[in-house]
Amino acid sequence: MAERSFAKEVQKLKLGEGETFTSEGILAITKALLENGVGYVGGYQGAPISHLMDVLSDAQEILGELGVRFEANASEAAATAMLAASVHYPIRGAVTFKGAVGVNVASDALANLASGGVTGGALIIVGEDYGEGSSIMQERSHAFAMKSQVWLLDPRPNLPSIVKAVEQGFELSEASNTPVMLMVRIRSCHVTGSFVARDNRRPALSVREALSNPQSNYSRVVLPPMSFVQEQDKIDNRWPAAQKYIVDNKLNETFGPADGKIGIVLQGGMYNSVIRALQRLGLADIYGATDVPLYVLNVTYPIVPEEFQAFCAGKSSVLVVEEGQPEFIEQALGAALYKAGSDLTLHGKDMLPMAGEYTGQVMLDGVESFLRAEAPDLLPAQRRAPNRDAETDIPDLSKTVPIRPPGFCTGCPERPIFAALKLTEKQHGKHQITGDIGCHLFACLPPFEIGGSTMGYGLGPASNAAFDGGGERRPISIIGDGGFWHNGLSSSIGNAVYNKSDGIIVVVDNYYSAATGGQDILSSRADSATKSTGHPIAEAVKGVGVKWVRQIDRTYDVPKMRKILDDALSTDHVGPKVIVASSECMLNRQRRERPLAAKAIKDGRRVEKPRFGVDEDVCTGDHACIRLSGCPSLSLKKLDDPLRDDPVASIDESCVGCGNCGEVADAAVLCPSFYRADIVHNPGRFERLMSDVSQAVIGWLQARRSQKRLEFS
Amino acid sequence: MNELARKTADPRLGSIIKLAIMAVGGQGGSVLTNWIEDCARASGYAVQATSVAGVAQRTGATIYYIEMAPAAKKQPVFSLMPAAGDVDILIAAEMMEAGRAILRGFVTPDRTTLVASSHRALAVSEKTVPGDGMANADEVVAAAKIAAQRLVLFDMNKIAVDNGTVISASLLGALAGSETLPFSREAFETAIRASGRGVENSLAAFNAAYEAVGAEPTDEKQDEPGADRAAQPSGSESLLARYRALESRAESLPGPVAEMAVRGLRSVIDFQDFDYGREYLDRLERVLALDNAKGEHALSREAAKYIARAMAYDDVIRVADLKTRLSRFERIRQEMNPQDGTRMKLTEFMHPRAEEIVGMLPARLGRSLSGRPGTMKVIDRLFNRGRRLRSDRVLPFLQLYVVGGLRRWRRGTYRHAIERDHLETWLDTALGYVAADYDLAVEVIRNRRLIKGYSDTHARGLSKFDKVMDGASIVAGRPDAADWVRRLREAALQDEQGKALDGALQTIRSFTEPQSAA
Repeated sequence: MAERSFAKEVQKLKLGEGETFTSEGILAITKALLENGVGYVGGYQGAPISHLMDVLSDAQEILGELGVRFEANASEAAATAMLAASVHYPIRGAVTFKGAVGVNVASDALANLASGGVTGGALIIVGEDYGEGSSIMQERSHAFAMKSQVWLLDPRPNLPSIVKAVEQGFELSEASNTPVMLMVRIRSCHVTGSFVARDNRRPALSVREALSNPQSNYSRVVLPPMSFVQEQDKIDNRWPAAQKYIVDNKLNETFGPADGKIGIVLQGGMYNSVIRALQRLGLADIYGATDVPLYVLNVTYPIVPEEFQAFCAGKSSVLVVEEGQPEFIEQALGAALYKAGSDLTLHGKDMLPMAGEYTGQVMLDGVESFLRAEAPDLLPAQRRAPNRDAETDIPDLSKTVPIRPPGFCTGCPERPIFAALKLTEKQHGKHQITGDIGCHLFACLPPFEIGGSTMGYGLGPASNAAFDGGGERRPISIIGDGGFWHNGLSSSIGNAVYNKSDGIIVVVDNYYSAATGGQDILSSRADSATKSTGHPIAEAVKGVGVKWVRQIDRTYDVPKMRKILDDALSTDHVGPKVIVASSECMLNRQRRERPLAAKAIKDGRRVEKPRFGVDEDVCTGDHACIRLSGCPSLSLKKLDDPLRDDPVASIDESCVGCGNCGEVADAAVLCPSFYRADIVHNPGRFERLMSDVSQAVIGWLQARRSQKRLEFS
Repeated sequence: MNELARKTADPRLGSIIKLAIMAVGGQGGSVLTNWIEDCARASGYAVQATSVAGVAQRTGATIYYIEMAPAAKKQPVFSLMPAAGDVDILIAAEMMEAGRAILRGFVTPDRTTLVASSHRALAVSEKTVPGDGMANADEVVAAAKIAAQRLVLFDMNKIAVDNGTVISASLLGALAGSETLPFSREAFETAIRASGRGVENSLAAFNAAYEAVGAEPTDEKQDEPGADRAAQPSGSESLLARYRALESRAESLPGPVAEMAVRGLRSVIDFQDFDYGREYLDRLERVLALDNAKGEHALSREAAKYIARAMAYDDVIRVADLKTRLSRFERIRQEMNPQDGTRMKLTEFMHPRAEEIVGMLPARLGRSLSGRPGTMKVIDRLFNRGRRLRSDRVLPFLQLYVVGGLRRWRRGTYRHAIERDHLETWLDTALGYVAADYDLAVEVIRNRRLIKGYSDTHARGLSKFDKVMDGASIVAGRPDAADWVRRLREAALQDEQGKALDGALQTIRSFTEPQSAA
């Protein structure tokens, strides 16, 4: 069960010829896949295409009706390997994952797939995680397209263009026997809009039918001497075929006057930003009709030099708008111009920054400085001599506004694990700790500051390998359940067993691939009609040979967590010490349980709702509890009391009563300020009676004491 | 400037409305975006929305962006992201996110209507500071008044919570109420209804926020804290008479001191009894005798505050007393707001150590026991354990009630002796500086702020206090001594470990200690 349900939206996938489809990018892509007779789909979740996987998962019924196979692959490598079905069979297949990390993981399969080549159209939809909102290292998927000779589409970021790119991608793939990557940027994935739908098409040959007539041909296998032949085939046949298809079908677009002196070459994905810059400079109208010639590369690899030369004919200078680095496209275009002996001036990263996202302001500045240098007469007067006087002095808030990085959600079951770890470190000193990929990586930020590296998905324990020989204090590594099943079981756990690691491995098991949006995985507890779940991590760990395994089924038990950590740090067991810390992701748990609880209350059944509170006159405002929590619902409040200097802790109504506050106050011997109030809905008759009698006695005692003293509140 | 202006922007571009939403993950930014988008589409607009998904959704800062223009045959080219200086409406779901929007240039005086909720969702960095690390919202308000063409600012979160929903609904209400979008109120309501979940609560919050626009107070500034806001004491006539005698003594102190002295008096009487209140005033008058009006009685005013704090220390008896009071039960009831027919269970989290147990014993016995590590270990083994008390049940309540009742023997306890000695030493030290350096004496009085918390936190506070007091003795005699002590104290409140404090002390030593001859 994913965090966001598309059950309602996927019904739109049934729209037919001529109907208007209004939705967001990822749904449009799914619809386009069905319209183009895709035979199988798969992928691995991760922003910004997590929701594409969720859509596919929620659309399984519709996919099934069309004979389309859906696979939630174990990793990006597994997803790309699945495209092997298009090697010998004329079946269209599509997989999706995030770039650039997904392409990293997939590169083994990608290179083999690209070398042997494909028969059916093979499409890889890459959600390029670059710029604001990205959660990964800032790199480009482009390099992978170049190194394996996989064609790269970068369509203009509107629904009709993206939908068309899916169709063209399949055709280009088939025309050139080469897999094609379709790149969509973060915002394109969620951009909303409309396009005219077509009927869905059943695959000409379904994967089921293919099994009845198996094929093989060793010329597609990557083994010498075929691999050498394949390389020559790429260069001699597939590449020219791709360029021919691109030109014949006008995949790249030109806009604006044919005879301008200057022009802009841009990645398709940059189109809207470039138009906005031109609009603001008075050089394009609301519909994008531009005074500056544009050559829009909807295919960013391979480049078609002849097409580019034609665009450049009669121009004195051209600006290349290419986001990210290195500037592969600019280099290729520069080389093409140089070889053709052109005297055209090529601008690009001299006008626009080499690194970082091209935001609205960056684009405006870049385009403007290009025009200022090469065609100042095009600029409006106001732009040529801007009037700076009009600016007001807005106070600088850079020192006021705090940074707000992502963190653990309210009630997150991972919080107590790291509270325990922080307490352990307080007792025994700082340890060598590595993290993995997933929500648990937020522990490296304040208030926990646990762990100092992340080397990749499933690689947390593996990245402690150098320290596995042991020392004064054992190295500790963290890995999430997502990373564990992605490739951690072999790369991290198996690796540690084989090398007789002395380290401690904490597996954070929250029942989902939580950071990517709560998708199910092998160890998920949820029952799934189409997937096999309920495979315990502890069993898998034992299966690869770990002897020292501890399972904790309620991570909120901080003292127990500490005790297990102490045991792991002190045992003389040889080999890795694995702690599986399991509790359900609170975000997903609340989503699941809240409606059930509401219904139960309505139906008159007994329901307890816990929530924590702080006694503000007991709290002294030292915030020690927050330094072991960071929970969004545990905040501060300024008291209306001149005797008090510092704000006191306060818990707001968003508290889900996970228990962490009480556990930590207890385990760390903090203070007695916390209390838990459990509201009992629909209590039984006996319970009501007992409670009322108790309240009466307590009330009498309280009244007795308050009579003897002054009350100040 | 060799040519005339030939180019002017397409006037139709002015019809594009650019709206950005800056929120904290979990505030319902995507729901709000959907509502606005649906409303625009239903009102005959071409619209495009984008968002930045990813891990930022997990309590981090997020941004959503919408562009819309009256629908025509052709589709306008919209941008996928806001640009500085080019945003018409900025919705900030929290005060610092409004600040972030201003910082990023998304709020400009020529065009932007800023719809912002004045409440705070504190960032982790603001909360973890041992002192007061909260960002200054007033600075953001001041900047917003300059940066925004129009400002709609009030607590939209409170409206949402009061109506049992999340802030997205009240933000939409404030947006609609600002009438900056050319859509009718009904169109917004229709969009909410069409979303189909929690409709009634969302509509209630929407309407409340809609009505609040224009009705918000012109200045958000509230009364000065504490000014006459504390409730008047209540109790039997004889008790009140005894209290009033003491109160009038406190009120007769010089102006700036009196108000704080009354607060202090109440807190120590509340902590112990009338005699204790008398003791408090005696101490305060001792300070006053050394004070002078030249410094506007800063010394006595600060002493009035911190002597009260030192006298009303946090011992087990006080905690038990506070936890068993009727007023506390009423406050919890108000906060949790249990519905009719429900019952409430209450669990307290206590973790007494040997130190707390021994502290409750008679002073001589306590002192002798605490000097014997072996015995302390045994006591610790007996008592040191997390205890969860169900204070809504009679027996656990009684346990706390009895401990709270021990206050009548408190003056004889070991803890009281420790606290009294500590207080006297601190006060004597401070007053010792008065003659030579009045400002230094004031700062030394203020150092008492460092002592807070329980168990380890308390011990750490004490050690920071000692370090700062040491620092004071090092700098005493220098013209900038008071300033240094203030800096030391502020450093001590910056981080838990006291790294900043140690650094500051290092600096002091570097210029006070004689350098060894080279």
